[in-house]
Amino acid sequence: MSLDLTQFHDAFFQESFEALDAMEAALLTLDVTAPDPEIIHTIFRAAHSIKGGSATFGFSDIASFTHSLETLLDEVRSQRLTVSAAIPDLLLKSIDVIRDMLRAVQGKPPVELQRIADLQLDLELAIAHKSAAPAASQPPEQSARPAHGAAPMRWQISFRPYPQFFARGNDPLRMLRELAALGQLDVRTDVSQLPTLAELDPQACHLAWSMELTGETTEEAIRDVFDWAVGECDLDIRCPEGVSSSSGPSAAPPPITSVAEPKRTDGAVPAAEPPHTLERTRGEAPSLGGFGDSGSIRVSVEKIDELMNAVGELVITQAMLSQLGCNLDGPAAEPLRSGLGQLERNMRELQESVMRVRMLPISFVFSRFPRMVRDLAQRLEKQVVLRVTGEHTELDKTVLEKIGDPLVHLVRNSIDHGIERPAARVAAGKPAAGTIHLDACHRGGNIAVEVSDDGAGLDRDRILAKARERGLVGASDTLTDEQALELIFLPGFSTADQTTDISGRGVGMDVVRRNIKELGGKIEVSTARGRGSRFVITLPLTLAIVDGQSVAVGRETYIVPLTSIVESLQLKAGSVNRLSGQSEVFTFRGHYLPVIRLHQLFGVEPRVRELHEGLVVVVEGEGERVGLFVDDLLGQQQVVIKSLDANYGHVAGVSGATILGDGSVALILDLPGLIRMTRLRAAA
Amino acid sequence: MLEPETAGPSSATARPSAEAESASRQVLTFVLGGETYGVDILRVQEIRGWSAVTKIPRAPQHVLGVLNLRGAIVPIVDLRTRLDLERVEYTAVTVIIVLSIVSGTARRDFGVVVDGVSDVVDVKSSEVRPPPEIGSSAATSYIRGLVTIAERMVVLLDIDRLIGAELSGLEASADRAAERAAAAPYG
Repeated sequence: MSLDLTQFHDAFFQESFEALDAMEAALLTLDVTAPDPEIIHTIFRAAHSIKGGSATFGFSDIASFTHSLETLLDEVRSQRLTVSAAIPDLLLKSIDVIRDMLRAVQGKPPVELQRIADLQLDLELAIAHKSAAPAASQPPEQSARPAHGAAPMRWQISFRPYPQFFARGNDPLRMLRELAALGQLDVRTDVSQLPTLAELDPQACHLAWSMELTGETTEEAIRDVFDWAVGECDLDIRCPEGVSSSSGPSAAPPPITSVAEPKRTDGAVPAAEPPHTLERTRGEAPSLGGFGDSGSIRVSVEKIDELMNAVGELVITQAMLSQLGCNLDGPAAEPLRSGLGQLERNMRELQESVMRVRMLPISFVFSRFPRMVRDLAQRLEKQVVLRVTGEHTELDKTVLEKIGDPLVHLVRNSIDHGIERPAARVAAGKPAAGTIHLDACHRGGNIAVEVSDDGAGLDRDRILAKARERGLVGASDTLTDEQALELIFLPGFSTADQTTDISGRGVGMDVVRRNIKELGGKIEVSTARGRGSRFVITLPLTLAIVDGQSVAVGRETYIVPLTSIVESLQLKAGSVNRLSGQSEVFTFRGHYLPVIRLHQLFGVEPRVRELHEGLVVVVEGEGERVGLFVDDLLGQQQVVIKSLDANYGHVAGVSGATILGDGSVALILDLPGLIRMTRLRAAA
Repeated sequence: MLEPETAGPSSATARPSAEAESASRQVLTFVLGGETYGVDILRVQEIRGWSAVTKIPRAPQHVLGVLNLRGAIVPIVDLRTRLDLERVEYTAVTVIIVLSIVSGTARRDFGVVVDGVSDVVDVKSSEVRPPPEIGSSAATSYIRGLVTIAERMVVLLDIDRLIGAELSGLEASADRAAERAAAAPYG
């Protein structure tokens, strides 16, 4: 009997995708001038295992392609081939192709054979040429692509953006303008999808275009225009004369037709399906569905919440049993107590694991940037170094999913407008390579995600001039720096002198801000002319788990987010001064800090009233330090933030609540809020 | 299609929450300061014993605090304070009835503290009498009607009016309280 191999497909895909990710990551760290043999080995091993696997499962085209890749890598590994700058590019492209081929096998959009054949040819050429400049110097007669400088051709382009097109910061108008620069462009707009005014969602794209472009251009050049729209639209580019499409090495000349990865819509695939594609085995791996690529299962957050609540109840019951066990006498009491002790430990573990389920490190979002930055920098002929820190900061999954697009936008902006060209940077006395820094951390009970660059910074005067030009600001109005920077978040605002297809700082910044606001967060910008700009996204902790310090005031327990605590100390009697009667201050590291008596602010009966009998927790919030007077410090623990708003409402000075191990509720303090409240009091 | 003016019992069962003239509905009755009150049983989520609550700073007087209800944070309202009755010590038989208000798609749960739960009774809409016009209408606005069961008067409460408005307006009132708290010097 033959073994049914399909049952192992899942594992194969999973491993292959992981191997590809590993290859990509390794490639991005590869230094072309001094290639680390270990990195080359890593890449080679990954390629080898994909080749072996695909051959075993009979995916011969993947095996064949990977074979070429492997051969090239072998040449590099044995140092018969020197690594040139073109090699990593070629390898990255190959990774993309293999990934698409694997997806095609999984039943996702098929890959054009042309693309595979082209790349395979490039790989083989690189091997054949060994040293020299491999891929770039391939003789044109062997090129599978339309030759440059061919006679004028008529291209027919059908461009159908998805409704959410604008939300990704794309601008079709700009794309059309760019197309027009390639030749004579004849545009027809398809308004058939336009809903009535009442139903019109102004944020969505309802239009589609069919165009005819006549000129000496290549499909690549056309495709480049739509580079940022890949995955956001249905794109069909064809040349009806067919004269331009030279024959591919492997197949009969197909019309150059392709599908721009219709990820989201079913049936949106253009009618003319490419005749030669890798599409097959659609039914072969049905269990894969959309996921399974990452060796994980998708569980709804609701289910996790239910689980979390059930565990919470268990903890309470367990605490109750432990209490009963303590009061028990007799021969059975001791074994029961040790059993209960065991139960308690297991319970804590269970609770912690369930809490962790919801949280994912932000590296899930950050991991896409090295490749993006590299590609973009290359295209714009800039040198950019990406520095990523705090990638282990854990974020609630729902926040994580929504923070990706705004971050992509900010990073694109930074590369396109922030970082100057190497020459300009050197002239300004800066290193030729610009730095973009991505950082995430828990800060003041919030999660702060930061995108900063050491580029040119935002030009306040130009922003103002542009705003005046558009009538957003009156000619005589004077704005503070902060107000001026705020302008970039206005819809449709852009200071970019020439629009590029990557970003026009301002295009979509309003969308970025709105997305962040929807998460209950905020975005702030600061900039220094010539030194760079910094965008800080602050997300609320309502969805996160926070490390907290429990403090006692009277019979109440409050949680102070650990990140906002500077130090806890006991004041000596008489070390407190009074300012104008009421407010008390003490010295801390040479500064006078005000004391906030939590019991007064919250109207709780405390156990101690004298400052030197209790403890003062020095906390930071709103950029200020204050001493929080409490009765005592209790334990430190990770707590899940629960919303008070769901059933009650917002409470000043409180950011949420959590459930303690014994089942009781403790309020989580919002220190910026508390400090604002005291200011209000002081002002009154 | 027009809705018939007088909905029959069948349509009442089909739409249990609708206000049908002759429909009978189940009411949970409870005791508070010697009087019997009733709430629509469909609003009752659960009944549980009294346990200590966590105080909320500057909450309205009748909001005792919040409680953990299987993972949800639920405010607890002292119905005695709310109805201007004398306060009593909570004992082992003091009970919290967890009710829900639905506005739009959002559901808010909250608990009310009562002296004790009595019974579940069927109340026909036709038997419900309007409250007499005494005192200010504000004091009786949360009374849906009066009904006599086993020779006892039962006050049917409209919890949306009694608590709903207060809870949804809590944010504002809490802010006002915050302002008051900010203005008043503490000692």
